[in-house]
Amino acid sequence: MSKLERNDRLVKLALLVLAFSAVAILVVITVFIFEEGTPIMFKYGFKKFLLGLDWYPSEKSFGLLPMIVGSLAVTFGALIIGVPLGLACAIYLTEFSSRRLRRILKPVIELLAGIPSVVYGFIGVVILVPFIRTTLGGPGLSVLAASIILGIMILPTIISISIDSLQAVPRSYREGSIALGTTRWQTTRMVMIPAARSGIIASIVLGMGRAIGETMAVIMVAGNAVSIPGSPLSPVRTLTSNIALEMGYASGEHRQALFATGVILFIIIMILNTIATATSRRRLGKGRKSP
Amino acid sequence: MNPRREQQIAAAFLGFFVLITVFILLFIIVFILRKGLPVLGWSFLAKNPVDMGRGGGIFSTIIGTLVLTLAAIIIATPLGVGTAIYLTEYTWENRVTRIIRFGAECLAGIPSIIFGLFGFILFVTKLGFGWSILSGSLTLSFMLLPTIIRTSEEAIRSVPGSFREVSFSLGSTKWQMVTRVVLPSAVPGIVTGIILSVGRAIGETAAVIFTAGSALRLPTSLFSSSRTMAVHFYILAREGISLDNAYGTAAVLIIAILIINILTYYLMNKYIRKYS
Repeated sequence: MSKLERNDRLVKLALLVLAFSAVAILVVITVFIFEEGTPIMFKYGFKKFLLGLDWYPSEKSFGLLPMIVGSLAVTFGALIIGVPLGLACAIYLTEFSSRRLRRILKPVIELLAGIPSVVYGFIGVVILVPFIRTTLGGPGLSVLAASIILGIMILPTIISISIDSLQAVPRSYREGSIALGTTRWQTTRMVMIPAARSGIIASIVLGMGRAIGETMAVIMVAGNAVSIPGSPLSPVRTLTSNIALEMGYASGEHRQALFATGVILFIIIMILNTIATATSRRRLGKGRKSP
Repeated sequence: MNPRREQQIAAAFLGFFVLITVFILLFIIVFILRKGLPVLGWSFLAKNPVDMGRGGGIFSTIIGTLVLTLAAIIIATPLGVGTAIYLTEYTWENRVTRIIRFGAECLAGIPSIIFGLFGFILFVTKLGFGWSILSGSLTLSFMLLPTIIRTSEEAIRSVPGSFREVSFSLGSTKWQMVTRVVLPSAVPGIVTGIILSVGRAIGETAAVIFTAGSALRLPTSLFSSSRTMAVHFYILAREGISLDNAYGTAAVLIIAILIINILTYYLMNKYIRKYS
């Protein structure tokens, strides 16, 4: 074996090590979050954590149910706003707009992803919250405000992944449908959307993950009261805001309880990630078999 | 209903939704710039914050942002590009690559607050780096890694196969082929990915505030705590310290993001034209 060939083998080995960095980081993060967060869950019981209604860290009561419900409520609200808007944009851009218009609109929409989450939160506080307070009543800082802001923030995720999956539909599908004399909209509705379905579902699941995981924007507009929201106008605290609000001064068991909050958040996110990966993999698998 | 009529209605509805989306984006940008630009000036950019940010400018937070971002990029780029080279040039799709890809995808989905918790417990407390640029940039680099892997992989894959064949036919080893032929051609794409991650790093708050801290002094070493613009903006706005300075900081953030997006758009178009 020449020196060059031996070098090549070393390089391959080194690159393999680098390639596992992402996996290694994922494992290390999992280990540390669970190591800090699970002991206290064992100590007080999972049931108390998941179903307890009271969060008084100084009195050792760590009920996370209001935050779990809060996270689900704002995420659900975000989907109600973000999914129709996002899918409409994706469908318009792939099926209806001219190539030139698409070349202008797509980067414009991608800009939405670049705007920092604190800026979204700030816009929510100075415009949306007062608007809700004066027109609909309540404190303004609410599930509704958080849902609207999150709905906007998940748009880029939904739009870009849906566009990718619509564009990945083989051209022959569209041509076959048009050849049958359908209109563009009929083709979109009956052929393109069903064919791109798994990618569209993956985009929604990933959007859900973004909404559940968003922190700073939600803290600024949601009001952060620890109670199960009674209406869209009541204030709410999410899992993420619970961590970020109290991390600055928490210590001892309080801090561990915040890591336990992180554990629950982490599990929810990993489930969503797995669903998203599984749906898009099925799409790939199907693509390979089709002619 | 007449299909043609149905199509017109559908197109109108979809177009309306697109208009709403574009309007929201323009509204945010114009609103921040209109309120923030009057505050901006040489002294705002070049002076340090005074009295917790009530007065003075944001110079130290600009430096904090730049140093933190630069360090994170320096850490994440070799890891990301190395991963991309391995995935594209040194293996084929098998169980190992599936695990690597799954890891990267999961990492991309993890919320920034979890990165913040992790960075806090590992770098700040266990390894004893404290709230520092080192802790912050390590944490941030982990967040950026998936983006860099994905964009670098796309860039390397789009280098035509014939380039590789020519290189092999001249008797080069694989590594020579990668470093002298593939990487130079893929550089614009890789750089685009890096610029994109710079944009993410600049706007990041949750992961940074618990790892780099929020000291307003100019950082003197990798171990000094530092406040980024996004964190500064968050604290100004949330604690109601100074709305004017908050708008000014937000305007600087928005301008930076605009420049970054225009730059990536330009690079991407140039790059696409080169190979198609």
